[in-house]
Amino acid sequence: MSSIGLPHFLIVGAILFALGMVTVVTRRNAVGILMGVELILNGANVNFIAFNHFVEGPGRLTGQVFSIFVIVLAAAEAAIGLAIVLAIYQTFRTIDVEETDLLRE
Amino acid sequence: MNFLAALAQHAEKATEHAAPAGEAVAHAIHVSWLWLIPLFPLLGAALNTAFGPWLQKRYGKRANHAIAIGVMVLSCIVAEVAFWSMFARPAHERFFEDHLWTMWQSGSLKADLAFALDPLGMVMTLIVTHVATLIHVYSVGYMADEPAYWRFFLWLNLFVFSMLLLVMGSNFAVMFFGWEGVGLCSYGLIGFWYTDIEKAKAALKAFVVNRFGDFGFIIGLFILFWSLSGTWNAQNRYVPEPGLAAATLGAPVQRPRVSPAGVPLGATIEFRELRNQIADESSGMAGRLGAMTLFGLPVLALIGICLFVGATGKSAQIPLYVWLPDAMAGPTPVSALIHAATMVTAGVYMVARLNFLFALSPIAMTVVATIGALTAIFAASIGFFQYDIKKVLAYSTVSQLGFMFIGVGVGAFWAGIFHLMTHAFFKACLFLGSGSVILACHHEQDMRKMGGLAKYTPVTRWTYLAACWAIAGFPWAAGFYSKDEILWKAWTADGLVTPWMGQAIYVVGAVAALGTSFYMFRSYYMTFTGEYRGGHGHEDKERLEDPHAMAAHAHASDAVQAPSHDDAAADVHQVPHQHDTSHGAQPDSHGDAHGHGGVPHESPRAMTWVLIALAVAAVVSGVLFGLPKAWSGHEPLLEHWLAPSLPAAEKVPFRETSHATEWLFQFFGFGIAAVGWIAARAFYLDAKSTVPERLKAAFPRAWGVVFNKYYVDELYQATVLRFSFWSSRALYWFDQNVIDGLVNAVAAVGRGVAYVDAAFDQKVVDGAVNLLADAFLQGGAKLRRLQTGRIQAYLFGALAGAIAFVAIQYVIR
Repeated sequence: MSSIGLPHFLIVGAILFALGMVTVVTRRNAVGILMGVELILNGANVNFIAFNHFVEGPGRLTGQVFSIFVIVLAAAEAAIGLAIVLAIYQTFRTIDVEETDLLRE
Repeated sequence: MNFLAALAQHAEKATEHAAPAGEAVAHAIHVSWLWLIPLFPLLGAALNTAFGPWLQKRYGKRANHAIAIGVMVLSCIVAEVAFWSMFARPAHERFFEDHLWTMWQSGSLKADLAFALDPLGMVMTLIVTHVATLIHVYSVGYMADEPAYWRFFLWLNLFVFSMLLLVMGSNFAVMFFGWEGVGLCSYGLIGFWYTDIEKAKAALKAFVVNRFGDFGFIIGLFILFWSLSGTWNAQNRYVPEPGLAAATLGAPVQRPRVSPAGVPLGATIEFRELRNQIADESSGMAGRLGAMTLFGLPVLALIGICLFVGATGKSAQIPLYVWLPDAMAGPTPVSALIHAATMVTAGVYMVARLNFLFALSPIAMTVVATIGALTAIFAASIGFFQYDIKKVLAYSTVSQLGFMFIGVGVGAFWAGIFHLMTHAFFKACLFLGSGSVILACHHEQDMRKMGGLAKYTPVTRWTYLAACWAIAGFPWAAGFYSKDEILWKAWTADGLVTPWMGQAIYVVGAVAALGTSFYMFRSYYMTFTGEYRGGHGHEDKERLEDPHAMAAHAHASDAVQAPSHDDAAADVHQVPHQHDTSHGAQPDSHGDAHGHGGVPHESPRAMTWVLIALAVAAVVSGVLFGLPKAWSGHEPLLEHWLAPSLPAAEKVPFRETSHATEWLFQFFGFGIAAVGWIAARAFYLDAKSTVPERLKAAFPRAWGVVFNKYYVDELYQATVLRFSFWSSRALYWFDQNVIDGLVNAVAAVGRGVAYVDAAFDQKVVDGAVNLLADAFLQGGAKLRRLQTGRIQAYLFGALAGAIAFVAIQYVIR
């Protein structure tokens, strides 16, 4: 059993992405979907950090900077997404995405 | 004019030796003032057209006739100047030309507006201008009552202009303008009183009959032009002139050939060029034309006969003479000027003008002479029994024109022109005399209501008698010289198709001359001797048994047909009998307005002076211009004068006979005239003899046939007119049924095709378009189900796509 290497981190990132993906696809609660999105983004962050450490080298910070950007983006996304959810709630009195299908047909 | 001509004889002799004899080619002397001669009458017509009614209202009728007569006098003066300057030249230089401008040019056809005078044209121009001037003066008296006075004089002036174009035109085009112009003026003047339907009909008849003649004229012209141009191969087949098409497109015309004598050959419509081509022996043109045929017929005979058809129309020969008697519906001065002295002689003039052409074809000459002879005797026989004085004169005109055609037909061209000239004088005098008589009898034209006028109208009587001598052929008047010359030439003629033709024509002509003498003196005795038969309460038994009154047709101014005397007077009487007493030319006679049925009266002086002038001319012109060679030993003055214009005169053969024979024939001619006179005197003097009545009773059928003019008008009605109406109806039917049917059939086919096309359009084309549209609609309706609006469904899609992409990527790798 060797030490923990790049594939392990990638597997963790993939698991995180898969969980987030399943959450986004299956949850009917809009807030839940947003939380799934956070999982996907964080899965990506794990990949960035892992690639920075094992591919770029320990002295480099490229992956970290990307991760910081993604976290900032995620915060902004969460803010806007929650605002939209609020607006949807005010309109439909629900945050169930199955109900908010006004644009169909 | 006679005085001038007498002088001419002397100068003639002087110049005779200087002139080179037998000059075949005529060279033109160019002068620049000939156009003035026709210009003046045109000017007069224009002035009276533009200002006539205003002048008449403002200054009275005097202004109108001052213009009309003034321009005629000016025209006469220029014509006389032309005569003197022509006279001063030697014979071979007497060809004046005045080229104004080229009217059109197309290929080898070049038509100039150009005037030409040669001795022949000069004689005609002098006759036309001088007789017309006299008749203008006469009209002042005769038309004094006419409200549309200006219109009468404008037509007269326009007529003189047209006639001068006809006479002076240097080519066929100008001549044809004049030819049609005189026809138009004749139409306008016959129908001068157009409110009378019969007169309007007579005008139309004259116009339409002349169209038939003009058709022949123009066809003859075309054949002539055609036969002159181009070249002929060995089989005498026409080969078009090379370069003709190029010339039409504007390339310079190549005057093709020049004869050894320097005469340009080829198509031309100029009389002088044509004359030169034929008269110049070295050109060979005469031989070539003589050998040519068209549709197997000799082309010269065709040309001659077609042109002569034109002459029969204009000059009232069989079969187109029918318009002339009806043309008497016009005012009497018009009858004198147009339908006796000038216009109707245009055909004779044309044949004489083209003497070189006619002389080449014995067939054409024979046709001309034969038709002339037949017309002479035919019209003379109709003249026997007419009661309308103008009708008698009309038929006598037709008959005399026949004599002229005998003259030009047998080759005695100068004699034809001579008779034309003497006829212009004596017939104008007779017509104007009849006008004077008609006026004297208060617009009565029926000779049975005249009689005894000798003591009321002495001037008219003596002038009428003088003209009767002239037309009957007594040696102390002019007609004897011209008519006997014609008949003598006919007897000796040797250029016709058969040797005996001339003699036959002579016999016919002599009988016609006998008839002429008889009916002219009949009219004289009926009119001027006995007791005056006009006036009220006079019931004419003869008229009631008049077969003419029962005839189906009616003629203009035929007073015979009116049921009663009063109606007759009203019919004939067109203008109110109130004469303009302020009129300068006629201070007396008509001023004392007496009603109808009063005593006859002599005409105003404007008329009597003209009568005297014409009567003098009718008496003396014969001796002056045409003293026979058998008498004087010289050739007649007119023959000598005309010789340069008549190059064919020497070529037509005549039999040589002794002077004694000619004397005998002249004596015979005199005897004929005397017999006619004596017979007429026995039958009609003082209306005493009952022989005419008994003859009429003995042969009622024959009398009726002749009186009704052999029913020629009815024949025309039954043939030409009926055919014309029938064919117009047939064509109308054809138009209605066949042409319209064709049009309708085409329309129906079009509708059918359009129906099929519309169906195809709607079913197939529209169907395809709709099908496509439907397919898209249906597809869209199906596809829109995919658009669920649920975010997660889309995500499923995206995920599935990604997975599929990866899977494909994996498999392909």
